[in-house]
Amino acid sequence: MKFSDEFEARFAEMVTHYPTRRSALVPTLLYAQDEVGYLSDEVIRELATRMDVTELEVRDVISYYSMMTTKPRGKFNVQVCTNISCIVRGGEELLDHCAKKLGIGEKQTTADGMFSLEEVECIGACSWAPAVQVNYDFHENLTPEKMDRILDEYKKKATQ
Amino acid sequence: MADLVSHPDEVKVVSRRFGLGATNLDRHLELDGYKAVQKALAMEPDSIINEVKNSGLRGRGGAGFSTGMKWSFVPKQSAKPKYVLCNGDESEPGTCKDRLIFEQDPHSVIEGVMIAGLAVGARSGYIYIRGEYRYLSIIMQKAIRDAYAKGFLGKNIFGSGRDFDIYWHGGAGAYEVGEESALMESLEGKRGIPRVRPPFPAVAGLWGGPTVINNAETLASVPHIILGGAEWFAKLGPPKNGGTRLFCLSGNIAKPGVYEFPMGYNLKKMIYDVGGGIPNGRKLKAVVPGGASCPCLTADEIDVGMDFDSVAKAGSMLGSGGVIVVDDAQCIVKFALRTMKFFQHESCGWCIPCREGTDWLKKTLVRFHAGAGQMKDIDNMQYLAENMLGRTFCPLGDAAAMPTIAFVKKFRKEFEDHLDGKPCPYEKAGVAEPAFAH
Repeated sequence: MKFSDEFEARFAEMVTHYPTRRSALVPTLLYAQDEVGYLSDEVIRELATRMDVTELEVRDVISYYSMMTTKPRGKFNVQVCTNISCIVRGGEELLDHCAKKLGIGEKQTTADGMFSLEEVECIGACSWAPAVQVNYDFHENLTPEKMDRILDEYKKKATQ
Repeated sequence: MADLVSHPDEVKVVSRRFGLGATNLDRHLELDGYKAVQKALAMEPDSIINEVKNSGLRGRGGAGFSTGMKWSFVPKQSAKPKYVLCNGDESEPGTCKDRLIFEQDPHSVIEGVMIAGLAVGARSGYIYIRGEYRYLSIIMQKAIRDAYAKGFLGKNIFGSGRDFDIYWHGGAGAYEVGEESALMESLEGKRGIPRVRPPFPAVAGLWGGPTVINNAETLASVPHIILGGAEWFAKLGPPKNGGTRLFCLSGNIAKPGVYEFPMGYNLKKMIYDVGGGIPNGRKLKAVVPGGASCPCLTADEIDVGMDFDSVAKAGSMLGSGGVIVVDDAQCIVKFALRTMKFFQHESCGWCIPCREGTDWLKKTLVRFHAGAGQMKDIDNMQYLAENMLGRTFCPLGDAAAMPTIAFVKKFRKEFEDHLDGKPCPYEKAGVAEPAFAH
């Protein structure tokens, strides 16, 4: 299984930071997911070997963390927060709006593979609510109109 | 980059370098950066601990335990290496303050970890940042690299003959990992399931070594205490509540944002003078004073000083500094439901009272909000929540139960208004929109 040079350099350094190799597992899984798009059987097998743990142990860890996925997502994963600070400022309406605009529901992906949608728990943007994360990018103080422009920009970025 | 706000009543200690470009190490040094750790290098470990004890600094993650006291629990001699672990897994709903510290002044956290290390005799530290904060991990990784390049970290720091290493570590989405023993499990590459205590982390923590775990804001306060002195810091707040605090104003408020006030700052003032009050001609209904796990205060209960002891006396908790303001257009049943949906989602499932309790409460609240609740459900919710208290290995069970008890007790009428197949009065009035897919 081939990862990027950047991944390999980071991995080689990171495992020296801990007394046990396994300790690098959580951040490494996320970096692998960023490269491959999801945690495939191949990624799981590879990382289990590298970390001296069983595949089952890796799957056990994956199933615990909400950012990790074993299924492919859209190129842009739209994560709408509806936790309490966001809900009182229109977080739910924003989620409904995204669902309508993209024509998909919770954890679904558009037919062109461009967007997927997810309702998420607090992302730490409470004072700038309602907020959305698209992959790792924060978008804050949102309205449905602002959201439309943001989604259009991502679409444009992908087709350029 | 998050928007910064300011107010004349603010006392800037932790946020002193915000907006001044302090992520740049040279700029940080111009602003008195890394002076405190050099001072600490010349101090005896016990005098560092005493200084922090006397400053009245208490844990900013939510528990409010004396930081100096926590450090003093670490044994002087240990066969296994000792560690400092910075908790930057900020995920208590309503809280977004550590985010600003990492974004605006990452070196203050590094310096705080180093001073904690000198105090307890550790030679390495970890800065754990939640996975969603990827851009902050990038900032922190660079800050650590820059500190190494200057010789502030690594071998022979500041020519002192002592070594100290700091490493970044990232999470991947889990509220419970903010609990200290679950945090260590996560750092060791496992599911974030809490550990049974004793032994406490100060005795047996990361990889079995004595470990000091502090919140990022707590650690970022430490260099200022070492430089400014315990007495100065202690006097900023009321007795036993030293210093300042970053308060995250959010919800139905005109000027939300993260503000730094002395401990004990009045909540009513914070909402009306600082936050500009409730917008859209609405009235205040409730405030959650310290993040989602804290019991709410009603509009009549907000004339309270925002320090650990005063908020506790008012029947709630200062928690993590997340002040969530709720106006009278909001349905408390729906708010309670969303709160419980969160805790149900985040419960790791290890302790039965938490796993079953949060699920049962969520189901009851869903049914209630849909108009299918019964009178006996109201008392049952309270009974259920009360029976979760103190019966779990980590505080998540309590965190779910406490706000529920307060919602039911303080807003019983709103629950009754949903009875007998009545639709939610707030949605009926067209104030709130129907829920997505709950």
